Amino acid sequence: MGAKRHFRVWRGDETGGDLQDYQVEVNEGEVVLDIIHRLQATETPDLACRWNCKAGKCGSCSMEINGMPRLGCMTRMSTFEESETVTVTPLRTFPVIRDLVTDVNFNYQKARETPAFAPPEDLAPGEYRMQQVDVERSQEFRKCIECFLCQNVCHVVRDHEENKKAFSGPRYFIRAAELDMHPLDAKTDRKDYAQASMGLGYCNITKCCTEVCPEHITITDNAIIPMKERVVDRRYDPIVWLGRKIFRRDQLSEGDGLGMSGLPQADGHGAEHKSGVNWHREVPAPQVAPVGDDGKLPISEITFDRAGGPSPFGDDVTFPLPPEGLNYAHPDRDK
Amino acid sequence: MTTTATKPGGARARAAIAAKTLRTDNWRLAPLITVVGLGGWVAYATVRVFMHDFYWVEDYHYLTPFYSPCITDRCVTDAAHFGTYLPGWWVIPEASFTLPFLLLFRLTCYYYRKAYYRSFWASPPACAVPDGHKTYSGETRFPLIFQNAHRYAFYAAGIISIINTYDAIVAFRSPDGFGFGLGNVILVLNVVMLWAYTLSCHSCRHIAGGRLKHFSKHPVRYRFWTFVSKLNVRHMQLAWITLGTLALTDFYIMAVSAGWFGDLRFIN
Repeated sequence: MGAKRHFRVWRGDETGGDLQDYQVEVNEGEVVLDIIHRLQATETPDLACRWNCKAGKCGSCSMEINGMPRLGCMTRMSTFEESETVTVTPLRTFPVIRDLVTDVNFNYQKARETPAFAPPEDLAPGEYRMQQVDVERSQEFRKCIECFLCQNVCHVVRDHEENKKAFSGPRYFIRAAELDMHPLDAKTDRKDYAQASMGLGYCNITKCCTEVCPEHITITDNAIIPMKERVVDRRYDPIVWLGRKIFRRDQLSEGDGLGMSGLPQADGHGAEHKSGVNWHREVPAPQVAPVGDDGKLPISEITFDRAGGPSPFGDDVTFPLPPEGLNYAHPDRDK
Repeated sequence: MTTTATKPGGARARAAIAAKTLRTDNWRLAPLITVVGLGGWVAYATVRVFMHDFYWVEDYHYLTPFYSPCITDRCVTDAAHFGTYLPGWWVIPEASFTLPFLLLFRLTCYYYRKAYYRSFWASPPACAVPDGHKTYSGETRFPLIFQNAHRYAFYAAGIISIINTYDAIVAFRSPDGFGFGLGNVILVLNVVMLWAYTLSCHSCRHIAGGRLKHFSKHPVRYRFWTFVSKLNVRHMQLAWITLGTLALTDFYIMAVSAGWFGDLRFIN
């Protein structure tokens, strides 16, 4: 049986809350997440906390421990003094749902906005070949576990909620850098996109993202600064521009794919247009889901006229969907 | 219909945590050290630049980096390797051609930016400590958008490093020909550190090879990039070391020039 230690945990939801004091037993070798679990098992069965792997690889148990964004499962209790009070709060930058659980939807929205990997059109899946030395830099960023500690600590959005619209955050700058450095990514407007639509210019490289990264990705030095320099290449450096005009052998290609708004235009990457899919053809519509007057599926078979659970997709739909009913063309099929 | 754990729509509130920061460690220390270090250095450099004296040791041809190249009318003839173009008015520093670029190089340096944004501008003072300002637009607008000009300052700093190297080489003299002393060791050390700092620059890393997509097609540039990357990891340390060596070099030459102590000679 270990000694009792003093904990302060933020309890509450979006309507308000405060730090509450607890005396919890701490044993040798435990981490903060273990203590949260002990709290749940003893005093506060309703304490809400996200967690999954307990090994620092899922990025779920992000919280702020003594004011610093950390992973609960990777913060050892042995790093605190015996007499020290440990304060655990939810991530500040995101809206709180309850107790230590926050709504990190902001990050998923930014992820969706970031243009995906775009291999060259003439390369079929399975034919990707690249050299280790070329892809090495990008691989560092693949270590990201999406714990969003960097997104949380970044003062651009942490202290200025209004910047959330314009600023994607360090996690998506490493994504942009990963793809821009990727040997098989054929998209040429990533630099402009990072500058115009991701808000790369908001970053003032104070390096807190690098400090909190549990995977020790050197976010600032290896991703953000190189991306800033690549933007300088295209937007702020007339010497490079001149060199590109004269020698015409630079790997940076012309045409930025950005419209007047600074937002990316539909880029016509997929071969759909060429292969002539008729996007307006009629696809057999499925039956609507058998919802009741309240717009919801019946709770059980008892209140339903058919046996078995009803499908939210409509009863005539089976999976996998028959291919002739899909408006989809594989980029390499009809060539 | 699916039910979700979160309510859709609308901006929702963050956790109402009263304390501005809950950090318990001594987060004020690092910015404080930066303020003291940078502030002290700038004060020393300002005094020295406008002192207009004690920058040249006649016997051994030592010229302090703060006065190199010496281009005003008040320069000692021997010290003015590149001619004198500017009037000797007291507000004009002797090294008017180089000092603005060196200042720009360090002001736009990716390390110093971190250091002074944190310590002088409190934006943010430390991680997870609130920004000291109501609004924030980063480096997206005038004047901070000019931080993007770091590359030009780097080019200039490269040229200035060559001049400093020249100064260090011509200093291998004594009244009877070749000779060297402690002053030479300090000058050479300073130049080596200046080169290391200049080459470890993030812009240099980008120019050397960071901008390439396929390292395998550019083996030579890849090696340059690898070399610069190794130095680049130490950019912060080099930034501070060069401040130290610059001040030390200048102070030593001032002291020898003013006759506070003699130069320790190893040969001649």
